[in-house]
Amino acid sequence: MTTSGVPPSERLTVRLRVNGRPVEHAVQARRSLADFLREDLGLTGTHVGCEHGVCGACTVLVDGRSARSCLLFAAQLDGRAVTTIEGLTPAEALSPLQESFRLCHAMQCGFCTPGMIVTATELLADQPAPSTEAIREAIAGNLCMCTGYVNIVRAIERAVAARSQDARR
Amino acid sequence: MKPAPFRYARPSTLAQAIALLGEARGEGKVLAGGQSLVPMMNMRLVRPAVLVDVTHLRELTGIAPTGDGGLRIGAMTRHAALMASPLVRERTPLLAEAARHVGHAAIRNQGTLGGSLAHADPAAELPAALVALDARVEVTGPGGERLVRAEELFRGLMATALAPEEILTAVDVPAAPGGWGFVEMARRPGDFALAGIVVVLGRPLPSPPLGGEGGRVVGFGVGDRPLRLRGAERELAGGGIDAEAAARAGAAAARDCDPPSDVHASAEYRRHLAGVLTERALLQAGVRRAGG
Repeated sequence: MTTSGVPPSERLTVRLRVNGRPVEHAVQARRSLADFLREDLGLTGTHVGCEHGVCGACTVLVDGRSARSCLLFAAQLDGRAVTTIEGLTPAEALSPLQESFRLCHAMQCGFCTPGMIVTATELLADQPAPSTEAIREAIAGNLCMCTGYVNIVRAIERAVAARSQDARR
Repeated sequence: MKPAPFRYARPSTLAQAIALLGEARGEGKVLAGGQSLVPMMNMRLVRPAVLVDVTHLRELTGIAPTGDGGLRIGAMTRHAALMASPLVRERTPLLAEAARHVGHAAIRNQGTLGGSLAHADPAAELPAALVALDARVEVTGPGGERLVRAEELFRGLMATALAPEEILTAVDVPAAPGGWGFVEMARRPGDFALAGIVVVLGRPLPSPPLGGEGGRVVGFGVGDRPLRLRGAERELAGGGIDAEAAARAGAAAARDCDPPSDVHASAEYRRHLAGVLTERALLQAGVRRAGG
């Protein structure tokens, strides 16, 4: 026996929480979190674009903070909590942020939308009233190949305004 | 765009991690935040046989004050934590500012200080900031611990003085009471800088200046590693920073650097940037030193 402890393995079992639900699953070490969510759990709301951390389509929350799910291996998520776009969507309707995206026509093909919503969710959790500049900077890591950024920024601004109106009521 | 198969290990102690790297016989890689390594694996630019996940190692975490007014920062400190830490903002605010410029929020939430140093991208912010601060890097390997000056850690394009079975565990960052400046130029927030300059000034006279120098000027994205621009540093030897001295240092920096050409910018443009950014970073540092 060496001093290295548990030997390296090509296959292992992970236990984590996904959208609040406990999950236990055997995975290959090379399985990305993105593929684990889509292929193993059927959560296809997380989109896979560039697979090297540039496009932001696969953004999810890990322990409440945004992360590129193409740059994490499912094996690393043992004991952690993952929230996907499905977990941010109420059972019967849309979240206020999603509703704002709908009203502002902030999607064209829709491919970048889940990543945009997850990124904006973190922004709005961190900053109650971000400036337009802060919104643009926050989504700079999420590419919209339709170039529909203007309406995406507008939708996030609208969600901020709606929230502060709610707060005043 | 999937990585080649590999074996994954999550040791629970630093000694186990080092043993695992030794057993991998040069085929192992340390996995920290994975924000640089995993893209390279997905593109099959690297194919490690074994990944040793060190993110859980207690030996690699924590931010603690040191006696000289500086900090000892664990290698697993995430960029987001560097930005948010009151200790970092108070004692080494340059590092908080440099971390703010690393990638996007999702990258900063995962990426680590140690990972950025070990990856040694010549356009990265934190390696340049640590060279400018004359930080020491703590490294542990099969033979025990050693200290490496940040400047000696970087050996070229993505090349460091780390041996395959060594792990970068922490960074000792001295306080920089003499003022600092940080300026970079990127096309969009979060992109790698086309060029950037970090300045750390020595204490104002009559206190002895930092390491016997007037200060350090370090460029990133303008060479194969964080590059000390010694011609610009010589212009600081007199101690005073005014517009004329900054302009002279800028001209010297442009002469000294050795920037690459790529689709984002020509070498000539990067050289121009190195000069202008040096001037701006020096003026920024001068204002900070004056207490502004």
